[in-house]
Parts: sequence; structure tokens; C-alpha cells
Amino acid sequence: MNALLPRTLLAASLALGAMLPALADGGRAMPRSVPPAYTQECASCHVAYSPSMLPARSWQRVMSGLERHYGTDASLDAATLQQLSTWLQSYAGTYKRVAEEPPQDRITRSAWFERKHRKVEPAVWQLPSVKSAANCATCHTGAEQGRFSDDDLRMPAGLSARQRQAWAD
Amino acid sequence: MAALACSLCLPAHAADTSIAQQLSHWSTQAGQPGNAQRGQAFFNNRHGGEWSCSSCHGTPPTGAGRHASTGKAIDPLAPGANPRTFTDSARVEKWFRRNCKDVLARECSPAEKADVLAYLASLKPPF
Repeated sequence: MNALLPRTLLAASLALGAMLPALADGGRAMPRSVPPAYTQECASCHVAYSPSMLPARSWQRVMSGLERHYGTDASLDAATLQQLSTWLQSYAGTYKRVAEEPPQDRITRSAWFERKHRKVEPAVWQLPSVKSAANCATCHTGAEQGRFSDDDLRMPAGLSARQRQAWAD
Repeated sequence: MAALACSLCLPAHAADTSIAQQLSHWSTQAGQPGNAQRGQAFFNNRHGGEWSCSSCHGTPPTGAGRHASTGKAIDPLAPGANPRTFTDSARVEKWFRRNCKDVLARECSPAEKADVLAYLASLKPPF
């Protein structure tokens, strides 16, 4: 019996651990195991987006068109492509909010993304310190680790007094 | 799963080359030595498109760059500022292929690569 107890505890904690990202951040947290190739190949140019931010069919299209990847060539060798596609498919977003495929498979065009950022004025996205809605890390200091909590927010440089005031809302 | 676990053990950089080796490799292929002045002009030229190499890597590329569309920080490109650049031949090939297509809508020739490397190798501290 004594030998069984730790195993039961382990199973219980694993089950809890699997649930935690969903509870903590609406399922958008980064998986614990990230292939180094994901960091090297994808996160050289942009934030290492959590796979759960897009549904599986969107990732499939993204990964089958890397030669023309939102205006740049992001092509990979066959082995890396296969490895990263498999990883993205297994951690793709499945819960209700992410199940919908956004226009052009852009995370920033997702309904949930637009709703979350509805108070951000269009001019803010154009600031030199921001450049693009895809540049999560300018404001979300935990973006590289998949943390997007309001507690991890930082004001981008160049906001007007009015925009700074709206930030607190 | 085994394949994934194994790939996690691979070193991030193979360190199988250097900028001097790459420069000599492409100079031989081009049949002429790389020229730093030509390389500088090539690096800063938009070649009729939207971007130059310097759009992301900076002018000169001795400090951190910034991706022209996403804003993501990019490590310094010049070996004098960042000893890790041009130490992995597969990586060098890959980024020349991708980035030349972004800037010139085609791959770069050995002569162009040799010129750019001659320019980058000429950038030495203090900057």
C-alpha cells in the first residue's frame, strides 16, 4: 500500500498539472516542453506564440506555407518542419474561444484577441515602440513564457497623456 | 516522442565554421575576393523592394537589430560585436536563403555573399 501511495499522488498531481494552464490563463499558456527548434526558428523573428493561440487547422496552413510567411520567407528543412508541425498540432487550441480559425490565420485577427484589445487605440499599434500587434512582448512582459496576465503588463513608450490614462481602465 | 526527446539534447550551435572560412568559401565560388565596400552598399540597398538587410540588422549592424515588421530584437550581426554569428554553416545558409528572398526576391550569388561577409568582417570594435 505504501508503495502505491506516491504513485497515486504523482498521478493526481500530473492530472492537476495538465489542467493548470487552462485554469491560469484561459488555456493560452506555453506548453512546458518547447522544442529548441521552435525557439530558434520561429522566435528569431517574433514572440514564441503559444500553440494554443491558434486552432490545429490554422497551424496546418501556417506550416504548409512557410516560404510565404506573412511577407517573409521562413522556410525550414523537412525534418524540422515535421517536428514543429507535430508539436503545434498536439498543443493547438481546442477550447471554444480558439476553435474558430481567424482570418489569414492571424492570432491578432482572432475574435478573442480583438475583444481583449478593444480599448487599445489604432494609433498605439503604430507607435515605434510597438510597430505591430504581433509584437506582444512590448506590453506583455511575460509573453515569451506564455504569460499574458494583466499583472505582467508594461506601458509602451510614447503613449499620450490620454492614452496613459485609458491604460488604467 | 523519442525523436523529440533526442532533438532536445542537440547543441544549439554546431560551431563548424567561422566568418573567415565562409568568406573564403564564397570568394572561391565567385572567382573573386569579397569586397567590403561593395558589401556595405549591397547591405544598405533596398534593391527596389521594401527592405534592405539593414532594415532589420541596423546601420551599421554592430548593435542589436529589430525585425522590420514584428519589432522583435535581433542579436548583433557583425562578428566583432557577436562572436556567435557565422559559426554554424547550416544556419548561415538558411538565413542567407530566407533573407535574400525577403530583400531581393531571389537567392544571393556567391559574389554577393562574399562581399557582405567582407563588409561584416571589417566591422571591428571599438564601434
